[in-house]
Amino acid sequence: MVASGLSEPHLLAQIGAVARRSVIRTIRQRGLLVFPILFPLILFAINGSALSAATKIPGFPPVSYRAFLLAVPFMQGALFVAVTAGVDLARDIESGFFNRLAMTPVRPSAMLAGQMGGPLLVAAIQSVIYLIVGIATGVGIASGVGGALVLLALSVLIAFGFAGVGTLLALRFGSGEAVQAMFPLLFVTLFLSSSSLPRNLLKVSWFHFVATYNPASYLIEGIRSLVISGWDARALALGFGFALAILVLTIGLSSLAMKNRLQRS
Amino acid sequence: MRRFASVTRGVAWRSIHNTIKTPSVLVPSILFPLFFLAAFAGGLSKIAQVPSFHYRAGYTAFQFVFVFLQSSAFGGVFTGFAVARDFDSGFARRLLLSAPNRGGIIAGYTIGAALRWFLTGTVVTIAALIAGMNVDGSGIQLIGLLGVGLMVNLVAALWAIGTAMFLRTEQAGAVIQMPVFVIVFLAPVYVPLNLLTGWIHAVAKYNPATVVLEAGRGLFDASPVKVALAFIVLAAGAAVMAAWARRGLASAERAG
Repeated sequence: MVASGLSEPHLLAQIGAVARRSVIRTIRQRGLLVFPILFPLILFAINGSALSAATKIPGFPPVSYRAFLLAVPFMQGALFVAVTAGVDLARDIESGFFNRLAMTPVRPSAMLAGQMGGPLLVAAIQSVIYLIVGIATGVGIASGVGGALVLLALSVLIAFGFAGVGTLLALRFGSGEAVQAMFPLLFVTLFLSSSSLPRNLLKVSWFHFVATYNPASYLIEGIRSLVISGWDARALALGFGFALAILVLTIGLSSLAMKNRLQRS
Repeated sequence: MRRFASVTRGVAWRSIHNTIKTPSVLVPSILFPLFFLAAFAGGLSKIAQVPSFHYRAGYTAFQFVFVFLQSSAFGGVFTGFAVARDFDSGFARRLLLSAPNRGGIIAGYTIGAALRWFLTGTVVTIAALIAGMNVDGSGIQLIGLLGVGLMVNLVAALWAIGTAMFLRTEQAGAVIQMPVFVIVFLAPVYVPLNLLTGWIHAVAKYNPATVVLEAGRGLFDASPVKVALAFIVLAAGAAVMAAWARRGLASAERAG
């Protein structure tokens, strides 16, 4: 594997090298990033006003609908991160770059982690934008400045987990078109959750059932709690817990998928 | 005329054949409206309890009409994607060279869009009926709703085909999709116009999609409103978009 006389670079250096390439590629195609960042904001602007009548439903939290909805752009942004991460990796697989990289001393774990560098940069930038837009439109963060920082950390962790989903899909299918086609299925997880109304106000029983067992509900409620309730230990524990679980699960499955792909190639 | 008809028939057949034979194209176009129906009718049904919300057929029916018309608009948008893909693959250029009447190309893609929506609209309707949706409109009124849907599909398809022919790349997807998406969602999607407040009320009031949506909901609820106005708006939209599509075709012809 390693040329004689040359020591293998440290794992962190390997991750850094792959991540640098991923970040540069992301920056170079920034025109393609405008839509994923803008789309959640457009939906936030429209739904924040169009659904404001929902605050008149008995039992709705005593906050504006915009404040209630602010968690959703973070989740939608994370879904776009999943697609970006998946499509980028799929493109590397399709072009043969992935196989050539596999023949170098770079470890599979470094390839996996480094590939997510660019999408994570996007996640961090879009999270800051969503937060600024939310505050600029009059949404107060009930948990204060500290809460805003925790919100950013949670949203980036969620995006990291979703990037793992995109990576897994790319390794499994090896095609950018297939990753894109899975996007509606990812999007549905957001629809079938407590994104538009609190779970206790979901009247239709099957929808309430699905939303209760949908991890997306807890990710949204984790972010939402920081905006509308302040420090809610249970909501935060569930939010961070599910985000971490998704990350660990997708990275674990991606490692297996990568091993299989490398054995095949 | 015969040349026009043969090109139209060929392009329409290819368009619907490709849709049915390509799961990665067909499945999302069917799943998206179903997701919207499930999310809006299921997740937001409590909205019907907002004071001043009156829709006799119920919230599922209220949302069904929106999703039905939205799916017709997106049937047109997805056809634009197919046109863009045909340009990327080089097929569209060969088609331009070989078609004895190029106007038939637009007509063929437009018919393909309607057939594509027929498939999606049927699935959405069946799903809504299974979910227990009430249908209050009479047979004639439901045919009227179908007519509104077909006109929406025609306007959206002509917009999408024209734009795809101007830009001639799959990367035009966002440009094709975004205006339709914004216009559709700036109508009273979740509650009637009288329950909207602030800037969204002002925008929705003058949005032509609002008239179309209100007419559709009225027909479905056996209380027709603004039906003639909706058809006039859609006919005007179709005329403008037909000119747009024709110019798109001319642009593609010039590009060779």
